[in-house]
Amino acid sequence: MSYTAWILLTASLVGLSCGLMGVFLILRRMAMMADAISHSVLIGIVSAYLITRELSGWHMMVGGIIAGLLTAVLVQWFNSRGVQQDASIGVVFTTLFAIGVIMIATQVGNAHLDVKHALMGEITFVPWDLIQLSWFGAIPEATLILIIVLIIVVIAILAFYKEWKITSFDPMLAASIGIPVALMHYLFMSLVSITTVAAFDAVGAIMVVAMLITPAAAAYLWTDRLSIMLILSGTFGVISAIGGYYIAVFLDTSISGSMAFATGIVFMISFLCSPKHGVLAQHFRTVKM
Amino acid sequence: MAVLTVNDLTASYRKNKVLNDVSFNVQPGSLTSIVGPNGAGKSTLLKVMLELHPKLSGDVSFFGSTLNKMKTRVGYVPQRGSVDWDFPTDALDVVLMGLYGRVGWLKWPKREHREKAMDSLEKMGMADYAGRQISQLSGGQQQRVFLARALVQEADLYFMDEPLAGVDAATEQAIMTILNELRMKGKTVMVVHHDLQTVEDYFDHVLLLNRTVVAHGVTKDVFTKDNVYQTYGGTLRYMMEATT
Ligand SMILES: Nc1ncnc2c1ncn2[C@@H]1O[C@H](COP(=O)(O)OP(=O)(O)OP(=O)(O)O)[C@@H](O)[C@H]1O
Ligand SMILES: [Mg+2]
Repeated sequence: MSYTAWILLTASLVGLSCGLMGVFLILRRMAMMADAISHSVLIGIVSAYLITRELSGWHMMVGGIIAGLLTAVLVQWFNSRGVQQDASIGVVFTTLFAIGVIMIATQVGNAHLDVKHALMGEITFVPWDLIQLSWFGAIPEATLILIIVLIIVVIAILAFYKEWKITSFDPMLAASIGIPVALMHYLFMSLVSITTVAAFDAVGAIMVVAMLITPAAAAYLWTDRLSIMLILSGTFGVISAIGGYYIAVFLDTSISGSMAFATGIVFMISFLCSPKHGVLAQHFRTVKM
Repeated sequence: MAVLTVNDLTASYRKNKVLNDVSFNVQPGSLTSIVGPNGAGKSTLLKVMLELHPKLSGDVSFFGSTLNKMKTRVGYVPQRGSVDWDFPTDALDVVLMGLYGRVGWLKWPKREHREKAMDSLEKMGMADYAGRQISQLSGGQQQRVFLARALVQEADLYFMDEPLAGVDAATEQAIMTILNELRMKGKTVMVVHHDLQTVEDYFDHVLLLNRTVVAHGVTKDVFTKDNVYQTYGGTLRYMMEATT
């Protein structure tokens, strides 16, 4: 595949996985949690590197899941001890992120792992880091990881669709009929963590938040059905990823920045035009009346 | 044998004790109202009994056994304000959620589940609204959907948190008809209720609660002026004097 094709594929995979996970994030009112996890996985990635001394996507994945879960557990813990939810999120992730940054600055000193890369990602490097699959040929490692993560995300959503739906909508009822609400929460948080780590190489910690939240927030404006919201959000994610790439080429600027910008455009269009909540639709409804 | 036995139940939110030594037991086929002022711990009592909020001490037994073993026989209707009505889902779907426990892991609801949910909506007079997004239902209609969801669980013991709050007379009658039908079938229902005027008409038992049990028993024995005053403290006397 050509260089551009790999980048477009990688970006689309990011858009799709993040779009799907994002739906449950915003329905569970956990947009802030995405922000937190996207930053605190850094400490997991750096720790994985320091322990194994190699930059392998798989080690990072494990480190990222542990860091993501640690974030979720700590936030929950502070919250149950009387710290407000948003304050405990703010405290936990900035602290973990700061430790990650200090570790990179003092321990690692490696060209492949620097703070700017972690924050902004560098999708243009992705196609250079190839690995060989016997039955397929050469494929960028980041892309392969994203494919696997997407498969895991889709399987998990299909398997736990009703559990995540009911624990998002009515956790009290869920618990009263015997659905393990806490287990489903941490399972979900693990998936958010692996999605974030997988998207890291491509778009970095800051832009991954845009990919997680904005397409889902836009999809929410168009439909009253959870299943359709998932499809729309995934589609918006892919459109933003591909659109963002071409915006970046056209303006000769940062790809991850342009992708995040594209999600913003999709959201603005939805906000103005969606039939249900859209500003224009509401305007015309009032004019008609 | 009692359907529900509560012994010395104590619970708190952090250091703030909300329930203190609550004890009572409930006989099968009774329709009990839980009555007490705002903040008396009525919702908390339901949550602690259902293990949705931890207890500090005491114990609760359902049908002479533990909640864990009896989960399918216990149904719960949360306070209407406790869920996000803007959630992308429709009335039928919400009712279907009552069956999720029975659908089982890794399975999707089947046609039979959907039909059951639809029957239940119909029973609550909500069949025409099955496909309507839930935020586009009135408060009374939302409450009917919640009731339909409880019915579909086919439980033997129900806890309902203010099902009659903010509904019009027609919905109130519809809900009371259903509750009486449940009682006829030998089911047991406990309802958090705020309207003191209707307690005697609607419920055969009453549990007066203010952090602890003030009185509990057959309505006509227990629902006396003295007990009610004691439950509500000075506030009610003030309210009653203000309105008369
Ligand atoms: N999640 C919570 N965190 C801290 N305190 C709480 C929480 N929920 C309830 N409380 C407190 O516990 C006490 C009992 O609350 P509860 O909701 O059980 O009262 P209630 O009898 O159901 O009142 P209402 O009639 O207003 O529904 C109140 O003082 C309330 O402020
Ligand atoms: Mg209450």
